[in-house]
Parts: sequence; structure tokens; C-alpha cells
Amino acid sequence: MAVTPQTVDELTRAAPRARWISAIVDFVRQRPLGAIGAAIILLMTAMAVTAGLIAPYNPLENDYAAMLSPPGAEHWLGTDAHGRDVLTRILYGSRTALMVGLGASLLGAIFGSLIGVASAYFGGRVDLIVQRIMDVFFAFPVIILALAVVAVLGTGAGNVMLAIATPMVPRCARVVRSSALAVREMPYIDAARASGFGHRRIILRHMLPNVMAPILIMATAFLGEAILLEASLSFLGLGVQEPTAAWGLMLRGAAVEFAESAPWMAIFPGLAISLGVFGFNLFGDSLRDALDPRLRTQ
Amino acid sequence: MAYYILKRLLAMIPTLLGVAVLIFLLLRVVPGDVVEARYLTQGSQFQSQDLMDLERKKLGLDQPLWKQFTSWMAGIARLDFGLSMWTGAPITEEIKLRFALSLQLAIMASLIAQVLAIPLGILAAVKQDTWVDYAVRVFSIAGLATPSFWLGILMILTMLIVFKWIPPMVFTPLWVNPWENLAQLIWPALAVGYRYSAVGTRMMRSAMLEVLREDYIRTARAKGLWLKLILARHALKNAILPVLTVMSLEFAFLLGGLVVTEQVFNLNGLGMLFVEAISHRDYTLTQALVMLVATFFLFVNFFVDIAYAWIDPRIRYR
Repeated sequence: MAVTPQTVDELTRAAPRARWISAIVDFVRQRPLGAIGAAIILLMTAMAVTAGLIAPYNPLENDYAAMLSPPGAEHWLGTDAHGRDVLTRILYGSRTALMVGLGASLLGAIFGSLIGVASAYFGGRVDLIVQRIMDVFFAFPVIILALAVVAVLGTGAGNVMLAIATPMVPRCARVVRSSALAVREMPYIDAARASGFGHRRIILRHMLPNVMAPILIMATAFLGEAILLEASLSFLGLGVQEPTAAWGLMLRGAAVEFAESAPWMAIFPGLAISLGVFGFNLFGDSLRDALDPRLRTQ
Repeated sequence: MAYYILKRLLAMIPTLLGVAVLIFLLLRVVPGDVVEARYLTQGSQFQSQDLMDLERKKLGLDQPLWKQFTSWMAGIARLDFGLSMWTGAPITEEIKLRFALSLQLAIMASLIAQVLAIPLGILAAVKQDTWVDYAVRVFSIAGLATPSFWLGILMILTMLIVFKWIPPMVFTPLWVNPWENLAQLIWPALAVGYRYSAVGTRMMRSAMLEVLREDYIRTARAKGLWLKLILARHALKNAILPVLTVMSLEFAFLLGGLVVTEQVFNLNGLGMLFVEAISHRDYTLTQALVMLVATFFLFVNFFVDIAYAWIDPRIRYR
């Protein structure tokens, strides 16, 4: 068969797609738990994106005629004390969870890794001072630090994001610093310095890309935890505020008060939190195993 | 060793000072103060400015920041935490009972966590890549994913529906009525302990896997020793150190970090006290609480390091 430009085109186009699919198949086969995690994450993302289309009701609309109705044909997961549909609010709640979770872990990872890399790069006294400051942050339980930041900034999704990111910065900085210390000794860093590049360029262009693996691992590990923290803060009434749909918030107040007569209010949002965090943790674990050769099982 | 201990103790001072400065400044950035908070709850927002200023003067809030800070520090140096700005009672009195509750809960939760984590982790490592391993891993990742406050709600709900009984909601100290006390605290301890066992289980599993690949384990097996004996005598001893470290650090955080669980079980622990203190803008009480939790954390850290050197003769500090 003569090789026409068309077949060449087809070959080159078909090949990467096949590789892409087989990579997924390999992942599923080798890391079934990670694949389950990825599936849960995809489901949650799909929920967040399509909430406006698939949700049967308006998440903010009170329907006092249908207050506390049990799960049934009308309301699959029942309604809450304001007559709002629980399923709808869970669907919309995935938006809050993902937004705050992604935002917080992104912020935490960015600032944490910049501090960590810079601390390792400059070394000496700078490193010492930065590490002592990080020690101070480490002495606070995570939720106490987050609560203190909320007290300063106030509640609401944006502030909660910052509050959750704060305790993550020092933890990310510490892990990234230890990886960056090894990178600093690499000949290419000396070469970059000898070429007269500035500190900023060396840190951002030469060191940061080489510690991407631990950063990625930290960021995924944070994601699940950030979602959990958001739920905790909202449950305390110090996170996302009513009437926004948020899973932690749905468990607050009436859900506990009417737990005996309307247990669906307390069960389903908690299930959503657990399942979402479970997915991120499963995926994060597999990612860590895949990226960190030391932990690879033989 | 003595030199190392001294050095570590001295190194705590700058960290604690940093914690003090941080919480002191953070609180001053929080909008409003205790005087405003008090008048707001009393509903009389139209209090005269003079009265409020007088109140501030009484509490020392009119002093410049550095003066407030140094007098607070001077108090701490004498182990005097002062009076709560909100209730006017001595802070040691305010904290005493709540500290006992939080400490007991933390100890119970971390005991439960260890009882779960160590056997499960060993089991998962020995049966690596079988369904047992998968089941243990799913159980522990699920533990990490389940918010302990939701687990608490489910527990109360189950007891309510199945046994028509809920745990006592008023705290009884252990020395007054141990039975009542345990009937109340066992549930939050289980909810929290399950979650924290997850961290330990995973650590135990990976540490055990590493040790099982060592030459001396192969030698022991080649000699024909029982697997149980190998695990107990050779493997566990070497694998348990990092697990105990991680779990003690978690324990240190349990003291102040159970805010949400305390809320669910209606426990007046340090976490709830912190939330109350911050919402009242009770500077002195919040500061004292944070210093207490941070000091506790640093000391647990310190003892873990010392214990390391003591248990593992290969580690020597300078």
C-alpha cells in the first residue's frame, strides 16, 4: 500500500489517541483504588458543572408546604426544615466544596512552595528565620489557625478559602523545602548562577519545575482535607453562610435538631462529604505511589 | 544528652514567643473588642462613648500595644494568666475543668486509634496486595474521609433510634462518677479515634512493608522461625517508631483541635472555649488558650524526640 499523505496523517493522529486510552486502561488495571477515586472526582466535578441543569429544584427556594418531607418520588432525598430539596442542595453544594477546596489547596500550594523553594535556595540565615516562623505556625492545631483567620477576615466562601489555605502554607513549605535542598546542589543550578541569572529566575524557572512532584502530591492531599475543613467551619457556622448550599452547613442546626424525625437531613450531606473526600484521598494516594518511586510496591 | 535536652528546651522559647506575638497581633486585627461585644449582647448599642472608654481603661485596652504585650508576657513569666475579660474570673479557673475534659478525650481517642491502627497496619502489610490489604486500606481511607462530627451525629442518631437512649449531655468528671463520665466520652472518643487511626494504620503498613524487606527478616524466616515471632520480636520493634511519632503528634493536636466534635456532643472542651472566647473578643482568655495548646504541642514533640533517642540506641543527639 502506497503511503499517501492521508494515511500518514491518520497514523499520526490515531497513535496518540490509542496511547492515551491505553494509559487510562493501564492506570485502572494497576491502581484500581486510584481509578475509583478518579471516578468519584469526575462525578463530583460533573455534579458541580451541571448542577444548574440537572437539579430538580431551586436550591434557595423555601417551600413551606413540603417542610421536612421524607425521601420519595417528589423529593428523592427529602427536604429540609425550610422545605428546600436536599438533593438539589447537595448538587449545588458540590460547587462550594470544589471551589473552596481547589482554591484553598492551590493558594496553599503556591505560597507554600514559593516559600519552601526560596528558603532552600537562599539557605543560611534566611532559611533559619523562615523555618523558625514556620515552626510557630506548626504549633497551632489546623482548625484553631483557620478559626483565627476567619475571625480576622469574616465568614463567606472567599475568606474561608484563605483561612483554610493558611495552615497549609507551612506544611507545604516544609515538604517542598526538603526536596528543594537536594535540587539546589545540582550542577545546573550552579550553571544558572554562573550564567548570571537573577534569584527570581533561578527559583521560578530552574528550581520550582524540579520539585513539581512533591508539590503536586501535597496539593492533592490537601484537596480532600480542605473540603473537610470547609465542611467543619461551615458546620460551626463560621464558614460559608446561609442560604448558600454547602454540605457542612446542611448538617448544622435543624439537621441535628430534627435528626430523629428527619434523619435524611443529617445522613445525605454527610455522605456527600465523605464520598467526595474519599475520592480525593484515594486518587491522591495513587498519585503519590505513582510519582514517588521510593513508595512503589514491588 | 543533658546538653541536647537543655538545647531543645531553650529552642522552645523563641517559638512560643512567636506564637504569642502572632496571636496577640491577630486578635488586635479582629474587628471589635470585648467592650463592644458585651454591649452588643446586652442589646443596648447606645451606650455612651464615655462609659465604653471607662470600661476599656479598666481592662487595660487603652494602653499602647507594646505595653499590653509586655505586661501579658510579664504575667506569663510568673505563670499568671490574669483574668478573663469577659467573665472577670481568673483564667486558670475558666480553663481547669475544660482542660481535664479535653485531655481525657484526647487520651481516650488516641488509645482507640492505636488499638485499631497497629494490628490493622501489620495485617495489611503482611497480606500486602490481597483483599485483606485492600479492605484495611479502604477502611482507613474512609476513616480519613469521614468527618468525625458527622460520625458523631450518626452515632447519636443510631443510639436514639435503636436503643432509645442518648449519652449524657452534661459533663461529669472522671473522679466524680467514672461510669457516667465514660458513658459520655466513649462516643466522641470513638468518632475521633477512628479518624486518627487511619493515619496510624497507613504509617504502620508502610513502615512494616519496609522492614519486612530487610535482610534480617529474611534470615529469621530462613531459620524457620514462626511468622508471628518474627513480627513481634524483629519487625514490630523496628517499624513502630515512626508510627508512634506520627500518632503522638496527632495526639498533641487533639487537645485543642476537637472544636467540631465537641460541638456535636455538647462538650465544653478547650475547642468550644476557644470559639466562645474569640466571639466575645476575650483577648486574655484566647491568648492563654493558644499558649496552652502550643506549649502542649511543643512539649509532646520534645518528649517524642527524647523517647526516640532512648528507645533507638542508633540515634544519638549532639
